Amino acid sequence: MTAPALDLRAVARAYGGGRTLFGARPVVRAVDGVTLALPQGRTLGIVGESGSGKSTLGRLALGLETPDAGHVTAFGAPMPAPGTPAWRALRRRMQMVFQDPLGALDRRIPVADQVAEPLAIHGIGAPAERRARALDALAAVGLSAAQGGRYPHELSGGQRQRVVIARALITDPDVLVCDEPVSALDVSIQAQVVNLLIDLKAARGLAMVFISHDLRVVRQIADRVAVMYLGRIVEEGAAEAVLRDPRHPYTRALVSAAPAPGRHRRERVILSGEPPNPAARPAGCAFHPRCPVAVARCRSEAPALEPAPDGHATACHRVTPAAERAA
Amino acid sequence: MLRYLAVRAFRAAVTIALVVTFAFVVLRMSGDPAILIMGPEVPPEALAAFRRAWGLDQPIWVQYVRYFGAILNGDLGMSMRDNRPAIEMVAERIPATLALTVPALVLKLAVGIPLGVWAALHQGTGFDRAVMVAAVFGFAIPSFVLALVLVLVFSVDLGWLPSGGQGTVAHMILPVLTLGLGGAAALARFTRSAMLEVLGRPYIRTASAKGLPWAAVVRGHALPNAAIPTVTLVGFLVGSLIAGAVVVESVFSWPGVGRMLVVAVASRDLAIVQCILLLVAATMVTSNLVVDVLYGVLDPRLRHGARAAA
Amino acid sequence: MAAPLVRIEGLTVAFDGAPAVRGVDLAVHPGEAVGIVGESGSGKSVTWLAALRLLPAKAAVAGRVLLDGRDLLALPLPEVEAVRGGRIGMIFQDPASALNPVLRIRRQLGEVLARHRGLSGAAIAAEARRLLDLVGIPDAARRLDSYPHEMSGGQNQRVMIAMAIAGQPDLLVADEPTTALDVTIQAQILDLLAALRRELGMALVLISHDLGVVAETCDRVAVMYAGRVVEMGPAEPLFDAPRHPYTRGLLDALPTLDAAERLVAIPGVVPDPRAMPPGCAFAPRCAHAAPVCLGAEPALRATLPGRWSACARPDLDLAAPPPRPPATPAPAAEAVA
Repeated sequence: MTAPALDLRAVARAYGGGRTLFGARPVVRAVDGVTLALPQGRTLGIVGESGSGKSTLGRLALGLETPDAGHVTAFGAPMPAPGTPAWRALRRRMQMVFQDPLGALDRRIPVADQVAEPLAIHGIGAPAERRARALDALAAVGLSAAQGGRYPHELSGGQRQRVVIARALITDPDVLVCDEPVSALDVSIQAQVVNLLIDLKAARGLAMVFISHDLRVVRQIADRVAVMYLGRIVEEGAAEAVLRDPRHPYTRALVSAAPAPGRHRRERVILSGEPPNPAARPAGCAFHPRCPVAVARCRSEAPALEPAPDGHATACHRVTPAAERAA
Repeated sequence: MLRYLAVRAFRAAVTIALVVTFAFVVLRMSGDPAILIMGPEVPPEALAAFRRAWGLDQPIWVQYVRYFGAILNGDLGMSMRDNRPAIEMVAERIPATLALTVPALVLKLAVGIPLGVWAALHQGTGFDRAVMVAAVFGFAIPSFVLALVLVLVFSVDLGWLPSGGQGTVAHMILPVLTLGLGGAAALARFTRSAMLEVLGRPYIRTASAKGLPWAAVVRGHALPNAAIPTVTLVGFLVGSLIAGAVVVESVFSWPGVGRMLVVAVASRDLAIVQCILLLVAATMVTSNLVVDVLYGVLDPRLRHGARAAA
Repeated sequence: MAAPLVRIEGLTVAFDGAPAVRGVDLAVHPGEAVGIVGESGSGKSVTWLAALRLLPAKAAVAGRVLLDGRDLLALPLPEVEAVRGGRIGMIFQDPASALNPVLRIRRQLGEVLARHRGLSGAAIAAEARRLLDLVGIPDAARRLDSYPHEMSGGQNQRVMIAMAIAGQPDLLVADEPTTALDVTIQAQILDLLAALRRELGMALVLISHDLGVVAETCDRVAVMYAGRVVEMGPAEPLFDAPRHPYTRGLLDALPTLDAAERLVAIPGVVPDPRAMPPGCAFAPRCAHAAPVCLGAEPALRATLPGRWSACARPDLDLAAPPPRPPATPAPAAEAVA
């Protein structure tokens, strides 16, 4: 069996702490003990609301940040420290796509030149060859050579996101981390870009981490899904299982809160309260203050992420084992 | 709020201490003070006596500690030319400088801020464009050029106003205009852009959607927000009340601190130079401190420190 | 049906000669919830900003917006200002930036009560507290002294809603009220809007790009594309059996939680308002476009009772989505831009 593209073991990352001009700064545990594996060629969806730590987890997975605790392994080898030659070499194999394509592009440079830029950075090919490869990459995302000669502001939002994807793909990476890649796009354009990512993944055998707050988009693209709440994974399993048959009360609320036309007015689980401040994490299960089924134990004891025999793992004291559920 | 103030007061004190240290280092590096002051032909015994008298024979760090201690006690040394305490001589000149810079500051505020606000509220109109063209001119012309132009027009050609000296209100008009117009232009430009930025904010639309008349939206919602960046520039203008008049005082032969500085530099009266330097630093730092406090008053987000909403 | 509360007639808006709204007719009846659906650039928000004359002066607005028989676009400004926040309340997308950062909630809420309800002093404080309670803000008395940055996005949106209903409006216009919020908070805010509408009997215009949000909240829906209403009708039948190919396309492009089927994207991009295609604005992206679509722009016509559609081919069978497209991306799929 080949090594997974990415393997995260009990990684944790906290921000803040220490003293500032304003006194002690609270420690925010953005990611707090997460274990995940991304097999080569597969797609892992990471779902959560703001403050869940999903973006931090993405940066940890790419090695853009170093975890305070735990290990990240890429292709079977430990993640090199940021800035080292080994780390830079690994950049070629692992690329990232962000939410805001306009912010990720330089508005003064034609987009084809920006797509070729990673090749120059990694010293690959002669200028003419780089240019040819950039046009190939643009064609692969459905953009013409003429469009490659334009500046970012001359393209639509969907076209700009295609440019960003082309640039991420030009070094022929094995791993792509996408952080909310379609959230800024309109529905009709969002579908174009999601389809593109699915096709590229199939054609190139890409492994992908797809971070999103939108469960429905994740459902289309991910093989497995991890649901995060306040820095921890509360549920993890096959995308179909997690999103069609959610077990954790938080995932259930998320699934029921995602409105869809045509499904008519269903009973929605409306959670009371708001996601707590990550700097003031509740004791026990972090979700208990908002949980409709919390019991005394939830307030004192943090549940561990327990896999069921079917590979669907849940971190909840109230989730009964699969055998009992069947009855 | 108290902590906010304490933090900023502490930073101001540190800045002053750094300036004092800087003055010490620069003065010591500009040559042996004994030779500079006594002259190169003085016999060595006299030089040694001079050094002993002023403590210059001590190790440099002892000199630094003594110098620092003297400044803490308000002792800024003696002028070599007049053999009087430097601080006394500088203090005598302050009223003359303030007599120019305070009216000039009032002119800047009274002209610059209303023009900037008005131009922003009428963006794109002829008035706005006229204000901006005038502001660019006022901003770009160096004060000595403006001073010379004003003198040529009002003193030489028209003969309405004196070209220099002091004594009557008429003597003040040209220097105050020279000082005030450039600052007013800068302030108008700055206020206009701060105001435009705020007027484009969603909360301005919210205020209109609540049914407030436009005048109330501008007064109650736009001005308090536009004041926050503008305060920085006003603080800078206040901070330059002492130092900002060097050129203008020289051109108009106005006996203020600025002209004194020019003379002292030329005649190597180091105690005077150092005293003025500290005075300027102190006013700058103080006005910065006031600006910081005002920020806290105007912007609740700063007052509450870095704490983010959950 | 009772007389409409607000009737928009032939509304057009242009910015520097580029049309943003190209002839919108729309009525909102007392107490009903109307959803306005469309993508960015469809003119859905501009329509309502124009109706309340909240657009900058460079916007060229024409048409009529009738409230009690008076045309808001023709009234003297002070009378329109009395309507804003009074008869018609409005809330916006990002509550964090829609509230003034340097003013306390007490002041921001209180000025509506002073302006439209003539309250002062202690009466303002009492009514402001009651409103914050009503929108579900815990510890209302203390929250009055808070600044927006001290509260979460969800709480800020509740404050916006409290401000918008403080003038006891007959119509609340909510422009993307949940877009900037987390999913679980979205659900709370939608729930709150629905409850307030029931309790206060006010009409609601919900502007959203999210078909799901509109489907769950609204009685009637207007779908906008490139500055015009292309389809209008009761929410359930409209989403179950759309009559306009654009509505069909939007629904098909939506991913679902039920299956990981390939999405059916609408090819191309929205037209540039300065270079509108001849005929139907949607024709260049429409799977059903025919020569007839390139003639005159189709008007919004009644198809079934209560259903309206602006399609030159009203007899199309749109019951089933078109066949799934091939898996490889067509090069230059957005070349129409």
